[in-house]
Amino acid sequence: MLHLPVLRWGQPYTSMDVDPVVHFATGEPIANVSRANSGLIQRDMRKAQRARDVLREIPIDDLIDRAGKAGELYMNGMLPMGDGTQTPDEFVRAQSASTGLPARMCRANMKKNAFVLAEMRAILTSLTRGLDFNVLSLGHGEERGVPLSYQPHSPVVGLVLPSNSPGVHTLWLPVIPLQIGLVLKPGPQEPWTPYRMTEAFAQAGIPREAMSIYPGLGDVGAAVVESCGRSLIFGGTATVDRYRGNPAVQAHGPGFSKILIGDDQVDRWEQFLDVMADSVFLNSGRGCINCSGIWASRHTREIADAIAQRFAAIRPLPPDHPDASLAAFTVPGVADAIAKEIDHDTQAPGVTDAGAKYRDGSRLIKEGKADYLLPTVIHCDSPDAAIAKKEFMFPFVTVVQCPEAKMLEAIGPTLVCSAITCNSSFRRSLLDAVHIDRLNLGPVPTIQLNWLQPHEGNLIDFLFRARAFQTAEL
Amino acid sequence: MVARLSMTFEQVSTISSPRAALDAWVREVVDWHFDPSTGSPFWLEFAKRAGWDPRREVNTFDDLKRFGSFEDEWLRGGPVQRWIPKGLAGKPVFVFETGGTTGIPKTRVACEDFRIDYEIFSETLPDEHFPKGSNWLMLGPSGPRRLRLSVEHLAQYRGGGICFCVDLDPRWVIKLIKKGWSDHLHAYKDHVIDQAVTILQAGHDVKCMFATPKLLEAFALRLESMGTTIRKAGITGIFSGGTEFTPQWNRFAHEELLDGAYMTPTYGNTLMGLAASAPSGPHNNYKITYYAPQPRAVIEVVDFDDAHKRVEYGETGRVKLTTLTKEFFMPGFLERDEGEREPACDRYPWDGISGVRPYRGFASTTTVGVY
Repeated sequence: MLHLPVLRWGQPYTSMDVDPVVHFATGEPIANVSRANSGLIQRDMRKAQRARDVLREIPIDDLIDRAGKAGELYMNGMLPMGDGTQTPDEFVRAQSASTGLPARMCRANMKKNAFVLAEMRAILTSLTRGLDFNVLSLGHGEERGVPLSYQPHSPVVGLVLPSNSPGVHTLWLPVIPLQIGLVLKPGPQEPWTPYRMTEAFAQAGIPREAMSIYPGLGDVGAAVVESCGRSLIFGGTATVDRYRGNPAVQAHGPGFSKILIGDDQVDRWEQFLDVMADSVFLNSGRGCINCSGIWASRHTREIADAIAQRFAAIRPLPPDHPDASLAAFTVPGVADAIAKEIDHDTQAPGVTDAGAKYRDGSRLIKEGKADYLLPTVIHCDSPDAAIAKKEFMFPFVTVVQCPEAKMLEAIGPTLVCSAITCNSSFRRSLLDAVHIDRLNLGPVPTIQLNWLQPHEGNLIDFLFRARAFQTAEL
Repeated sequence: MVARLSMTFEQVSTISSPRAALDAWVREVVDWHFDPSTGSPFWLEFAKRAGWDPRREVNTFDDLKRFGSFEDEWLRGGPVQRWIPKGLAGKPVFVFETGGTTGIPKTRVACEDFRIDYEIFSETLPDEHFPKGSNWLMLGPSGPRRLRLSVEHLAQYRGGGICFCVDLDPRWVIKLIKKGWSDHLHAYKDHVIDQAVTILQAGHDVKCMFATPKLLEAFALRLESMGTTIRKAGITGIFSGGTEFTPQWNRFAHEELLDGAYMTPTYGNTLMGLAASAPSGPHNNYKITYYAPQPRAVIEVVDFDDAHKRVEYGETGRVKLTTLTKEFFMPGFLERDEGEREPACDRYPWDGISGVRPYRGFASTTTVGVY
């Protein structure tokens, strides 16, 4: 069986504590992963500056080229994986087996990661708004005759990664080309991408001393966040709340992404059905950019019914089936708890399970050790229903009846908002709404990304500090 | 029925068979606690209500099963005097607490037990690492806990050393953890480590210390950030305990924190006393096996579903503690830990336990602090 060691600035370290990674359906062990301990991370972080130093010896232009090569290796190469090796197909099988994601979705996520690596130059140009990369390397420079200075907040960035959505790895891929070291804490069920990507980077000429991987439990994640000057962490609402206001931590949680349909367009709602269904369903509804709320002032019952009909035939399929579209829940009890919560919430007045009449039995399906939740569409007569503010990690959406004039004050924090309206006044209000992160005007699926624009904060702003700077001749 | 000959602890200690010594000591302790002239009000009342006389029916350690499980609720609340054996009337009595972050803590009365326990433990400490007469640092919980006085006595007992202590309130630490106030938690930890570093830098020639694993780690990392190490700062011997102690952490400490200083893990609590560990290191993959100070205390590893059934060697079960002293009788207390039953070794000819960790039935609700 594969063993994945702790990587301490590129050096493998076999811990006496190991955690098995198991197949979601059979429980069969796939790999053993060495577990780090928090003190070990704190010690290693004393050498964090070395990670940036070795990266700064390589110009950003070269690092971008090497990232591109890493993308090719990640996508196509046979790469070391712990004490073994993995082909791309083996990687997909392992990721699917431990996360419950259908293999075709794992492949799609691989393509996303490879695309970001291949397009790194354009992405960094966009993220830096065209800044000369040398300014970041040297710490200062000049543009349009104006002196500029950028200073990294930290020589390394910590990442406490999730298990449920391999697509989020795209967020940290630009870190290495920015000459910042990587400190990764993989999700317990998804160690594969961090290890494969690290190996791809190394094979492409990125110094191993710039990368660490610390698998482990909650204390390891906490140690990564505490030890790194800048960290990204993925978790639930509680995690986001915990780090709210902490400038050193960018917490990524549920997106509560939504589609709002203006009064001027809602009578033609059928024309937007594909956009709505795709926004809810693609990637098995797991992403923070999947839509979990569709808001309109009228026709909401018809919209909910139509989407529910679309989803009615969807059933779990084996993860390697070419048509598999539902991901399994791999942590025991989670699907049961969600199903119970939804059943409870739909007892509230004004709340209807629009898919109930198209479903034969429970939304919860158990197949061996795997649990699935069938796509669920709930209609709410008003935004006051408790379930109207909820999001779950499967294709789930509430269709909420709400007057257009009240929508913006009622929707709450929204990561991606696709607003279907030509009403200039409503558009103005949407542009001004600070609780919306990414705004799509028009029938754009919430899951459609423009890779040149980050959907949740700008990595450059997070990692670097712009400051005043002057020099004088000596 | 076995003849009930009264024996002193010293006499019991001369019995060559550990089992026979344990059984003899059980008889002695039961006779003491259930004799109307020497026993504690609690146990005398217990026997009256139970309707059987332990002095007649308890002849061996295994007979203690008749008491069933010792309920920790019995130790909460007063009057605490009900636990003082009449035979010790008039002696100065200490009360030590355990738990109590919320609600009423458990209390244990003591006159000399904490001193005796640590004198016995002292015999397990190698003099080359814990030189007699050395000064000590107690980097652990203060307040109503027995550890502070115990370590202080240990220092005094081992050649008249002085023990320096820090202020540390573990109940506040657990509250900080439960509230998720991690900034405050780190500030408090820094505050405790500041005190330890100040003592170490004050010219007291401290050579030995007690520390919980978490504080030892924080202490070592602080010293490292100051360009020194535990050993270079003069510490030659450490005994550590109070929270879970894994082989991996044991290895990490030896390889990366201690810089050659000697460290021995311990397991214990206010109710039982202190269990020392057999030597561990690379030769046994840093496996830590604890042995209770029999016959004054016994650790059993019992079936999760049947607390009267010991598991087989190498198998996992829940920790069951029995304390047998003239000051405190606690038969069959189910601790909030589990581990694997280990066979006797040369130094400790009775059962031990390895892999001690929070009991799986409580693990999700247990907050592990610094102690």
